[in-house]
Amino acid sequence: MATAEIEPAATATPSPPPWTATLHEWLVTVDHKKIGVLYVLMAVFFLLIGGAAALLMRIQLWAPQLTFLPPITFNQFFTLHGTTMVFFVGMPVLIGIANYAIPLMIGARDMAFPRMNAFGFWTTFFGAVLVYFSFLVPGGPPAIGWFAYAPLTENSFARGPGVDCWALGLIVSGIGTTTGAMNFIATILCMRCPGMTLRKVPFFVWVMFWTSLQIVVVMPPLTAALTMLEFDRQLGAHFFDTQAGGSAYLWQHLFWFFGHPEVYILVLPAFGMISEVVPVFSRKVLFGYEFMAAATAAIVVISLGVWAHHMFSVGMSRTLDLFFVAATMLVSIPTGIKLFNWLATVYGGKLVLKSPMLFALGFLSMFVIGGLTGVILACAPIDFQVTDTYFVVGHFHWVLIGGTLFGVFSAIHYWYPKVTGRMLSERLARWQFWLFIIGFIVTFAPMHIAGILGMPRRIYTYGSDRPWEIWNQIATIGALIQAPSYLIFAYNLVVSLWKGDVAGDDPWDAWTLEWATTSPPPPYNFAVIPTVKSRRPLWDLKHPDDPDWKYE
Amino acid sequence: MLALLAAASQPENLSILSPASPSAESIKGLLILVCAITGGILVLVEGILIYALVRSRRRAGRDDAEPPQVYGSKPIEIAWTVAPGIVVFVLVLLVGRVLWEVRPDADKPPPGAKPLYVTVVGHQWWWEYRYDSYDGRELGITTANELHIPVSEPGKPPRPVYLNLQSADVCHSFWVPRLGGKTDLLPGRANTMWLQADQTGLFLGQCAEYCGTQHANMLLRVVVESPEEFERYLAEEAKPAIDPTEKTALADKNTFRSLSCVNCHTIRDKQDTRVNGTFGPDLTHLMARKTIASGMVENTPENLRKWVLSPNSIKPGCLMSGFELNEREMNSVIGYLKSLK
Repeated sequence: MATAEIEPAATATPSPPPWTATLHEWLVTVDHKKIGVLYVLMAVFFLLIGGAAALLMRIQLWAPQLTFLPPITFNQFFTLHGTTMVFFVGMPVLIGIANYAIPLMIGARDMAFPRMNAFGFWTTFFGAVLVYFSFLVPGGPPAIGWFAYAPLTENSFARGPGVDCWALGLIVSGIGTTTGAMNFIATILCMRCPGMTLRKVPFFVWVMFWTSLQIVVVMPPLTAALTMLEFDRQLGAHFFDTQAGGSAYLWQHLFWFFGHPEVYILVLPAFGMISEVVPVFSRKVLFGYEFMAAATAAIVVISLGVWAHHMFSVGMSRTLDLFFVAATMLVSIPTGIKLFNWLATVYGGKLVLKSPMLFALGFLSMFVIGGLTGVILACAPIDFQVTDTYFVVGHFHWVLIGGTLFGVFSAIHYWYPKVTGRMLSERLARWQFWLFIIGFIVTFAPMHIAGILGMPRRIYTYGSDRPWEIWNQIATIGALIQAPSYLIFAYNLVVSLWKGDVAGDDPWDAWTLEWATTSPPPPYNFAVIPTVKSRRPLWDLKHPDDPDWKYE
Repeated sequence: MLALLAAASQPENLSILSPASPSAESIKGLLILVCAITGGILVLVEGILIYALVRSRRRAGRDDAEPPQVYGSKPIEIAWTVAPGIVVFVLVLLVGRVLWEVRPDADKPPPGAKPLYVTVVGHQWWWEYRYDSYDGRELGITTANELHIPVSEPGKPPRPVYLNLQSADVCHSFWVPRLGGKTDLLPGRANTMWLQADQTGLFLGQCAEYCGTQHANMLLRVVVESPEEFERYLAEEAKPAIDPTEKTALADKNTFRSLSCVNCHTIRDKQDTRVNGTFGPDLTHLMARKTIASGMVENTPENLRKWVLSPNSIKPGCLMSGFELNEREMNSVIGYLKSLK
């Protein structure tokens, strides 16, 4: 808020400020827009690191018995790859985009707690730094897998401080995530502009509200589990120390009680982003807003009761297995509702095939596949066979890339003009899209087959008597096709800052409030706080003869 | 691709689509059914998407006016809530049926069956098998890495195998794809698993829960034999180790007994109980096994020598150390191990 008073709105100053001043400005900022950009930049940085680790692992699996990566390095890489992509790419990018967009979309001047917002970003960031600090400790990074099953994490099996860096880093970044979520809840409940009732918020805002509730419910169990782990390792407790009567089973329940809803935390905001992009580029209002809204709440509530479907092979009773089968299958109903509503939104519209819509269509066509392999996995007996195999690896990458990442790319291409005042290059975006979607399919489709042919996940190599080589080679080729798409994306983000066409306030002819202010918006967002009457205030403005509020 | 997926019964085949047991068979049936249902949904959704795109693409550019705004439809929403609901309901019932089929109670074998009970202990990174009882007979045999079980012949009493799964250190998972789904081995917990093979032959698998550095080489070999062969196997394994009488062989044995090998390995011997370590695999009938290092390499004298000299050169990170044996000790150890038929 302080910035709003200091900085004038117009950027008419002839000489740019010295770079130290700019750096200082970014480091101490409490502006939700700058913090949002910092989150996204952090995510892009870690995306490239996590992606590089994945690429090295794919090369190691090119042929049987390669010695490109030593076993311990490979095991450290998949631990870091998973941890990085979930905690330091997925959540930061979603929270970052929401951080930027939500105050603008609800006609507010900032988040409810700007200082806590900055605190949330920096704890997330330093949590990540702490995890990567493990490269500098004896023994190096942990080799425990991202879900870190006990007792592999105990002192008896992981002697170096790598696991401590990992656990403490996740506790710290978890605090950042939780404060971020509380900030969203407070902002969405208290900061909406006049006229915007909770039933009239843009759909992305609604989704972020529920995602934030979910974060607040499931992060504490993770923090508790990690704290118990550190008690074991540093203070001689025995929660998960099976050699002293601790329970390996307990860790799995605690972790997955967080871990499964986490998947929805990663995919629900992408649902919200898609629900903004698809209507604008189909030139139609979102079909069935109320049902979509109810489906969001249903997903959040039901997904809190499905975690043990990650544990079918752990030897629970058949009754318990069947409960989690039924609960898991139930989630597919509200998810299906969403999908059908997006299709109905496209249907009868007028397609504008710009880059945000291209990625949104990638989402619509790919996410459904990840969802359906999820239904296959939810069948416990099938899961007994394919859990912990490459079938699962294929499945969740299909959800997290086919769902989350396509949604995120769509959102970044959609809001970049607002953030920078420049358009991203459509030509580069198309190159990125096609390399990305082709590489993605070629990488992850063969993994399903490898899993059905008996290949477990997390193996650093395989014997030449195993029939998996060809599927691994196709997957590695896919990874090599994908890799340049990320670089093109990063290049496009940078170069369009100078070379992109000037965007103007409303380049997509869109309908939500963020397009009513300048691009980039001034520090105070809106000179006059707007008043709205419907879910699409700019539609009402552009079509005074046929406003939305008559129909809602 | 289909040929690869469904390929014949060589041991290299680990496909869950080539079942060799009743439980793997019913899971395959369920998988095909569920794939058909989800495949149908996939075609439907992608079809609608493509149709909607083609339609809305054709409209684009015709004029500047916005298309008609449709806010929703209650009957349509109810329809696409109820329809998946019915699919889910049917799926849950089907899953329940197969679940009870593939997870029978271990303490209640079917009437007339001749059950084999084996305790499986997962170690970083090898498998210990303790044969508890067979058809009511107490066995008390311990071996490692190669599990022999009897086949269930059609028309004869079934010979189900019930595994009692435990772990000595971290979590592991027992998975031989063609013989059924996997079950984890958790420290501090005993799981049971039903195994029943319809065909003889060698069935491969491997540990399916990440368990540390050499998770990738914690390989499983299950040899399914005719009941007669299996009886012979049990008889052989029940015998104590061969007692050497010849002079050099005796010297080899004494050298072995004087080395630190005995701290981790057991060799069952009538008179001599000094070789009784339990941290590593039981070596009483080492030469009856086709492989060493948990299925990684063939059990040849050269590999055995390489393994004893430097286990880490074969299996980096493995918990057995090379003990810097000199040439004489090495020759004696290999000589003695080769006699453990």
